[in-house]
Order: sequence, then C-alpha cells, then structure tokens
Amino acid sequence: MTDCKSFVQELADKYGREKASLLPILQGVVARNNYLSDTCMTDIAKELDLSAAQVFGTATFYSFLDTQPRGKYVIRVCKTITCDMHGKKTIIQSLEDMLKIKVGETTPDKKFTLLETNCLGWCHEGPAMLINDTPYSGLTTEKVHDIISEYHSKKSL
Amino acid sequence: MSEQTLKRVDLIFGEYSNEKYKVLASTLERTNEDILQDLLESGLRGRGGAGFPTSMKWKFTAETPGDEKYVVCNADEGEPGTFKDREILYRVPRKVFSGMAICGKVIGAKKGYMYLRGEYKFMVPELMRELDSYHEHAKQLGLDFTIEIRMGSGAYICGEESALFESMEGGRGEPRNKPPYPTTSGFMKKPTVINNVETFVNVLMIMRLGPDQYKKLGTTDSRGSKVFSVSGDTPIPGIYELELGMPLDRFVDEFGDGDTKAVQVGGASGFCVPRKKFKDTVIGFEGVPTGGSMMIFNSSRSMYNVLHNYLEFFEEESCGQCTPCRVGCQQLLKGIVAVKKGEKKALYLDQLMKLSESMKITAKCGLGQSVANSFSSIVNNFKEEMIY
Repeated sequence: MTDCKSFVQELADKYGREKASLLPILQGVVARNNYLSDTCMTDIAKELDLSAAQVFGTATFYSFLDTQPRGKYVIRVCKTITCDMHGKKTIIQSLEDMLKIKVGETTPDKKFTLLETNCLGWCHEGPAMLINDTPYSGLTTEKVHDIISEYHSKKSL
Repeated sequence: MSEQTLKRVDLIFGEYSNEKYKVLASTLERTNEDILQDLLESGLRGRGGAGFPTSMKWKFTAETPGDEKYVVCNADEGEPGTFKDREILYRVPRKVFSGMAICGKVIGAKKGYMYLRGEYKFMVPELMRELDSYHEHAKQLGLDFTIEIRMGSGAYICGEESALFESMEGGRGEPRNKPPYPTTSGFMKKPTVINNVETFVNVLMIMRLGPDQYKKLGTTDSRGSKVFSVSGDTPIPGIYELELGMPLDRFVDEFGDGDTKAVQVGGASGFCVPRKKFKDTVIGFEGVPTGGSMMIFNSSRSMYNVLHNYLEFFEEESCGQCTPCRVGCQQLLKGIVAVKKGEKKALYLDQLMKLSESMKITAKCGLGQSVANSFSSIVNNFKEEMIY
C-alpha cells in the first residue's frame, strides 16, 4: 500500500492520537485495504507514538483485523453450533465449489477470501455468513449461488 | 403443545412513549437517591448473564469519588445462541440510549460508550441516526451526557467487562485481575458502570412503570421479564420476551419439536439440561441463569458433536493469557477426541472432569471458569455418547 502513511494520518486526525484510538484506526485501515500490512502497522505505531510491538500485539488479537492479504470481499461463514446443525458444511462446500478455493484461501483475482468464524448472532436463521460487513442468513446452496453471482458481477468500486 | 402457554411480555419491545425521550425527561427531574431507590426496589439484576444487582453497581460507582466517570453499554453479544441485543438495538435503540443517559445522571458521568461487536457493524448507520436524535434531545433537556459507538473486531472475550475496557483503550482484549472492579477502576481506570444492552432498557422501563408495576413480573429472585434467543431444533426459532422464573418443561412444551433431548441454557458457557431434569429446572437466578441463550437439541443430535463444537469455540476464543484456560481448553478438546477414538480409556473422562473443575477455580476470568459448566453438564448427562 503505497499511501498508507497519509491514510493513517487522516485516520489519526479523525480518531485522535491516543492509544485508545488504536482500534478504530486499525479498523479503518482494514475497511479500506482489507488487511494490515507490516509497513502500515509501523506507520500507525509512528503516528501514535507507540511501539510497533504494541500495534502488532493488538492487531493480531482480533480475528477481524487480518494481518495477511485478503480478497476484496471477505466471506466469513459461521461454524458455531446451531449453524453447524443447520447445514453449515453444505454452505462451505457450495462456496468452495463456486469460488474454487478452500477455506482460508483467496481467489487468484483477489476478489474473494473464504473463512470460517465463530457465532455471528444469527442462530435462529442459520446457516449464516458475513460478506465484509453484510450479514446473510437462512442460507441454502441456491441462495449462496445468487449472492456470490451478484458479487461477481459487481464492478470493482 | 401444552394448554398452558407461557406468559408473553411486552416490556422491552413495547412501544415507545408518545413523545420522544419523555421518560428520560421526567426522570431527569428526580433525585439520584430516588432513582436508585426505585432500582433497588425493582430487584433488577444485570441481563448479561451474571445477574449482579444493577442498583448496587450504580450506587457503588456514584459513591466512588472522581470527576471523570464513564457509562459503558456492553453490546459485544457473542455467546453462542444469543442474538437478543441485536434485536433490541434494532427495534428500540432509543430505550437503550435513555437508560444510559439516566445512568450518566445518577453516577455523574458525562460520557457514555456503546461497545458494539464487529459482527453487527451493519447496524451502525441506523444507530447513528437515533444517536443524533438523542443528542439533540439531550441538548434541549440541558443534559451533559454524550454517547459514542465503539466497534469490536471479532473477539468473544471482549464481552468480559475488563477485556472490553482493554480493547477500548487500544490493547489486546485480555481480562484484568479483579478487584479492582469497574465501579472503582473501569475504562481508563476511572469509575465505570458497564451494563448489558437489555439492562439499560429495563432501567428505563422501571422508570416508566415504577418498581411496583415492574415487580409483578417474574419471581422473588428473578424480577421482570427477559428476552430469550431461541434456536436449534425448534419449529419457531426467534426472539421471545418471557417472564423470568419459568420451569424448563413448560418452555420445552412450547418451543421444542416434540423430540427434545436437551436444552443448553445460557449458551456455550451455560448449562446443558437433559430431558429428565426439565421438570425440576427453573430458568432464572434461583435455578439456571441465562443471558438469554436457549438452544434446543432433539434426539437426532450427537451431544459429543455439540460439546466438541463448544470446546473448539472456547479454544479459539480463549485470550491465552492464563494457563488454566489456554491449556485447559486445548486439553479438554484433545481429551474428548482421544476417548471417542478409543485412544484413551473411558475413565479418562474423570480426569478431564477434574481439569475442568480446576479451571473453574483457577482461570482468571469468566471464560475459563465457565467452560466447566457445559463440559460437566454434558459429560455427566451423556456419558455414553462421549465414549461410543
């Protein structure tokens, strides 16, 4: 990310330069870049006058703050008990077939990353998944097909 | 279906008062002592699961000296099987903000935070709209109390109050030692009231109805209503507001699919109740407490798979700070797999049980301490399923 430094400055202007601003800044970077690169974390450390280890320590604690490259659309399928009971495996299978990747992988065009996650809070409508911030529940193979096709046809923003 | 239906309540999700922030306005006219007295009389206990008396929490914080105090709304709902806070924030956010503002007045705080789990980020625009309206009204009422939303980023442990403060302060979500409790040292080490979303709504409803009216709901130990998240093997999954203190068998009559084998009360960190104990189990602080999660399993489900899923969950969500929880969760998971595969004798389960008991005593926070709840209640009641 070439202009991470200026973007970090922008975020720091918005959220402040205290340590308490760290999480919102990390979240801001992930929302734009899909992940936190090492250089970006170092930039944040400099901007907030923290040690790089502190920034790295916080970033790696949270499952939504990815520290490795992710696709433009990160798909997180809930694997907790009720979603699991209601056919999460089939949903994962459909996604793997459609995207031609396994859980944990990113498509070669860097568009999709497929992950599993813990309880998303849609237990009454499982199986459920998040694509970036948008939740989808009551999933079936057909529904997954429609959703992914829609994302496929989205022009890169 | 039973003839007796459970009493449905319409307290939390009931309609707003006819004027925006009317109850807040009238409550602001009252003295803090009066408000605390009402809360005490109402018998309200925290709705996040632990059930600490709300009036005490507020009183302690109010009595702690200091100019800088905080109100935090814990909306980091992450317990498997729980989704009631999302529904509350979606349907009646105004009640939540009002409850927080009342707390701010009572304890003398000027700033409130809502810590919302990252999984619910999609709700932020809607919440911000209501928050803008709240701030306008607060200004008109001359109330110096602002509310800010902070996001989590996918960590179950941040629902633990001291981990939540660490997270808000920019750190890893690792729980602190207690004491000191948040009432003296919370966010930024300042006196802080942290309550669950639903607790704040209850406060507002007590202010609206008065404690006498409120007390008519529930039992002596469990006053008021509770929002339940019902999921699993049920024909009618969803959110239900019911009176506290109901027997589990009636709950199952109403929500089960006729073939209910067990109910997990209180999520993965709660208790698994088998069919033979439905009759003698009361849902509430005098029986099995719950933050609202009710997961129903029918006889087609393997309880081994259920426990395996929980342990995987805990193993991943353990913050790793203290050894009993970090290693304990891993060993419990490995242990049940080994017994199932026949690599370990069935008696090994007794050793695992002892391990979970040690975790209960030695783990630093509620996560590690509560793993034993589901572990022992599932292993004890469904031992054959663990072995064969």
